[in-house]
Parts: sequence; C-alpha cells; structure tokens
Amino acid sequence: MARIQLHDLAHSYHPNPSDDRDWALRSVDFVWDDGGAFALLGPSGCGKTTLLNLISGLLRPTKGRIIFDNQDVTMLEPRVRNIAQVFQFPVVYDTMTVYENLAFPLRNRGVQPGLVDQRVRSVASALGLDQSLNNRARALTADAKQKISLGRGLVRQDVSAILFDEPLTVIDPHLKWRLRSELKALHQQSPFTMIYVTHDQTEALTFADQVVVMNEGEVIQIGTPAALFDRPNHTFVGHFIGSPGMNLLPVSIDEAGIVRFEGFAIESSSSSPREAIAANGLQIGVRPEFVSLHTEGIPADLIRVVDAGHMRILEFRHAEHSIKMVLSESLAIPDRAPYLLRFEPNRTHLYANGWIVA
Amino acid sequence: MKSENLRAWLLVLPVVILVAFNAVIPLMAVVNYSVQETFGNNEFFFEGVKWFREVMTSQRFRDALSRQVIFTSMILLIEVPLGVIIALAMPHRGWGVSVCLVLMAMPLLIPWNVVGAIWNIFALPDIGLLGHSLNKLGWDYNYTRQPIAAWFTLVAMDVWHWTSLVVLLCYAALTAIPDAYYQAARIDGASRWAVFRRIQLPKMKRVLIIAVLLRFMDSFMIYTEAVVLTGGGPGNATTLLSIDLVKIALGQFDLGPAAAMSLIYFLIILLLSWIFYAVMTRDEQE
Repeated sequence: MARIQLHDLAHSYHPNPSDDRDWALRSVDFVWDDGGAFALLGPSGCGKTTLLNLISGLLRPTKGRIIFDNQDVTMLEPRVRNIAQVFQFPVVYDTMTVYENLAFPLRNRGVQPGLVDQRVRSVASALGLDQSLNNRARALTADAKQKISLGRGLVRQDVSAILFDEPLTVIDPHLKWRLRSELKALHQQSPFTMIYVTHDQTEALTFADQVVVMNEGEVIQIGTPAALFDRPNHTFVGHFIGSPGMNLLPVSIDEAGIVRFEGFAIESSSSSPREAIAANGLQIGVRPEFVSLHTEGIPADLIRVVDAGHMRILEFRHAEHSIKMVLSESLAIPDRAPYLLRFEPNRTHLYANGWIVA
Repeated sequence: MKSENLRAWLLVLPVVILVAFNAVIPLMAVVNYSVQETFGNNEFFFEGVKWFREVMTSQRFRDALSRQVIFTSMILLIEVPLGVIIALAMPHRGWGVSVCLVLMAMPLLIPWNVVGAIWNIFALPDIGLLGHSLNKLGWDYNYTRQPIAAWFTLVAMDVWHWTSLVVLLCYAALTAIPDAYYQAARIDGASRWAVFRRIQLPKMKRVLIIAVLLRFMDSFMIYTEAVVLTGGGPGNATTLLSIDLVKIALGQFDLGPAAAMSLIYFLIILLLSWIFYAVMTRDEQE
C-alpha cells in the first residue's frame, strides 16, 4: 500500500558534520515498490539501523526527503506514519497481557472496542498466539515476545510497511528458521511492504526480493540475491556475500587492453578494460564457485582442503596470492600437481578502486 | 558418614559466631532486660510480661507511636512521588547528568547530626534564612514554640535529606530501560502517561520497592536529625518513638520498660516491612 521513496537522504549524529566519517548515512537515493520484501544487509555500524529509523520516523534526517506514495513524511512523527517496527530485542509491555499488548496501538488511536477485539483476535490467530491471549506477556519465551512485537504492527489496519531490525538475534537457531518461514507466509497473505535489516547474508538472501547492501553509510548495491551473487558492483559485495567470499586478485592492464594477473592473461566480463588502464587498485574478482581445474591456466599449489559438508573448499596459492575454489562433494580432488586454474570468463569481473568496470 | 557431618558444621561455625555476636547476643540481652526488674547491685528479679503490658497500655507510648506513624506516612507520601518526578525530569545525557547526580548525592553525604544542625540554624525565626523569610512572607513561624512549625521543619528537613535516595534509585532504573521501548511506544502512539504507566513504572517497580522499604525503615527509626533539630519539642510535639525510647532508657534509666519498648518497636518495624514487601511483590507470585 505504500511505495517508499528516498530522495538524497543522509543523516549525521553530529550537529555540524564536516568530514565524510561524520555521516552515519551518506546520500541514499532509491525507490522501494509497494508490497515487496526488502533486506538491508551490511556489517555492524554500516548505517542500516540508521536508515531504518529514518524511515520509521524515530530519527529526523539531516538532509533529504522520505516519501510514502505521494506524501512527504520526512517531518512526521512515527505515530502518524503508517509503519510498524520490530526491534532487535523483543519489546513487550510487561504488566499487560498478550491481548492488551496487541490492543495497545489501537487503543492509543481511539479505535472502537468492537473493532479492537476483532483485529486482536484475527492477528493472534495468524501468529498462533490465540492460546496465550490472557497470559502476562512477561512470562513468555523470546520468540513469542517477538511475535507480540510483530503483532502490534500487524494489528493496525493502516500499516503498509513493517520494518524489522535484526528481529531474530535473540531467537534460538531452530526457532529462527520456523519464525522466518512464518513471517514469509504472513507476508504472502497480506500486502504490506517489508523491510528487513540484518547482517546475516543467508537471512537476507532467503528472505528478500531485493537486497540493499550497505557499507560505511553508503548503499553499495541494490539488486536481487542472484544479481548480487553473479555480478557484484563492488568488491565489498563480492566479499561480503557468498561463503567463502569472492577471490580478489591484483591485476594490471597492458597496452593491448589485456588484463594480466602475474603475467597470465585473464578474460573478464568487462567489455572495455582499456578505459581503466590508468586506474589504481585494479583487481579481478571471481567467486570460488566459478574457479575450475583445467588443462591450461594459472599454475597453483594446493595448500588446504576444507570440508564444508555438501562441498569442499580448496585453497590454492599462486605466488603470494590465495585462490579459493569450491568443489562438489561428489567429485574427487585430482592428485596431479601443479594444478592449472581456470576462471570462467563471464563470471570474472574487473574492478577499479573497488568498483566494477563495465 | 558422621565425621563428614561434623566437618560441615565446622565450616558454618564462623558465620554462626559472627551472627551470634552482632545480632543474637545483643538482642537476647535486650530480651533479658525486658522481663526483669533491677534496683542496681546487679540484682535482677523476674517480672514476666509486666513491662510489655505497661508499655502497651501507656498513653505515652501510644502518642509516640501515632506521631511516628504520621511522620513516616508523610515522608513516604512526599518523598516517593517527588523522587520519581525528579528522576523522570533529570537529563539522560550530556554534562547535565553529572551536575544533577552530584547535586542529588550532596545531602546524602552530610552527617546526620550536621543535617540537624544545618536546619536548626536555617529555620531560626530571627537569623535563619528559612525562618526569617517565612516570617517576612507573613507566616508567624517559630519552630521552637509552635508544634505545626516544628513538624513542618522536621518533614522539610527529611525531604531535603532523603528524597535524593529515591531519585538516585529511580534514575538508575530509568537509565537501564533500553531505547527500543521508547521507540516502540512512539510507533504504537503511546501518550506520555502511557509511557510512564506501561514502561517506566513497571521497570522502576523493583527499585521502588527497595526505596519504599528503605525510606519506611529509616524514617520510622529517625533519631539524630530530629533530636538535633527539635529535641522532641516543643513539649512532646515531635517526640517520635526513638526519641521517647532514649528518654526512657537513658533519661529515666528504666531499663525494663525501655527493653520491652525496644522489642515492640523492633517487631512493629519488622511486621510493617513485611506487609509492605508482601503487598508490593504480590503480583510477581502470580
């Protein structure tokens, strides 16, 4: 029910930001379509929670605008925006019962008692809380408390976006998975927009239609999980997403426009590597999934094999550079040395100063 | 088997000795005095519950007890809400925090008899700042002669001295509330009152129980400040239980009645503390 638009949004916790580092969030500009599931992914301190709090209205941005559908909500209080937020640690009102907790946002808005009752009961049954409606919220387990937090968002009919701030942090691992699938099912039933902050890539990639990868207050890449995997815009994305992360190797470009790693010519997805010839920090990135053993290629020594269950991770060394490769569990490791490594050309990307060269 | 048991008792022995010397033996000495009469020469005669009966039926004890109950009720009714309000109003970040904390801690650091002396002078009608100002404002105020004025001064002194304790306890509880609660409340559209009633008060509940118990016990036992300020006067107007007890024990040297009164005094405090505690923690047993 709401398209969320961010226009040149930036925030600083300093009163007079001067340096780049003073900004918790540097200029962000994008649009989230209505009804989608979006994840904000990044390491701790990258500004994702700041961005979430700006959207919910808990923070006023230092500059920029936030638009829900066609309404500018930048200066509106959280209570009048049609959003709900679920926090990292479950927030329940201790002295109230589960029922009263769920009814709280409605009663605060002066909704009629009949409608309150109807909404609370329908949300409670959707979340599987109907059995504990009359229990004190304090006595519940962490996952039930987190469901109440979520329920307080769902109970409002005007809510069009629910923001999640690492909501599964305090949940036991075996419940995490269940809660996540319940959340996904709930999202498929109702049309709200879902924005999910996490530093866990598995969570983000399984959950979201679109992932926003952030680092140091900047949005690095926005894309589907597949796009982030196949064609990372930035070496940070390549390294941060995927397990193990992308191999990044220093390269140079010769006069003829050929990319060379330690003298070996490398074919990459870049159509015009020559344009980057003068750039500093040239690297190629290739995921361990797209490295293979071949009859010709870069010679390397096998230094370590890590068994990761369904696959094995082979670590090779060429000069001082480490190159990882993923090998299916079912395939044997050939025992001939030296090994010749081949990088799949259209999965090998050229990066200049961290950013991809088209 | 048997020797192991004995060894276990040996380990407990230091604690038993410690408790015996700092609590049981002194208390039993008082119990001992409370059932005997002495005329000096270290000669004692058993009197049974005579002193207890005497104390319980005496008008003097009942008067002192009523004054004590009134005083303590006033203290609790003023200091607890006032402490909560001040704690809520205190800043949570910035330089103001340290300033407030130091100001709040100041009265607690002053020796009790000095507090009495400060207020004794502060409230003098002729040269004291408070007393003189009140007279200038048109209240014919003299705490050494008027019971009402004496009570007013006594209560004001205690509020000045001890409200900080409630403030500091509540402030500690308030700063321990995670920001997420306030943020959730803002999103849920909670009013200021709902935030207080549903978040701050429940989170402060445990320290409030401690605060109420401490203020109850301390105000019920108040002696030093009151004696320095009014000496129990004018007349007997501010003679609280402990002041009366000292008059009987050391002024009149009636050891038997004083011992009986001490025990009754002790049992009243114990009983009321227990009632307070039981009532305030009632919910948690559910």
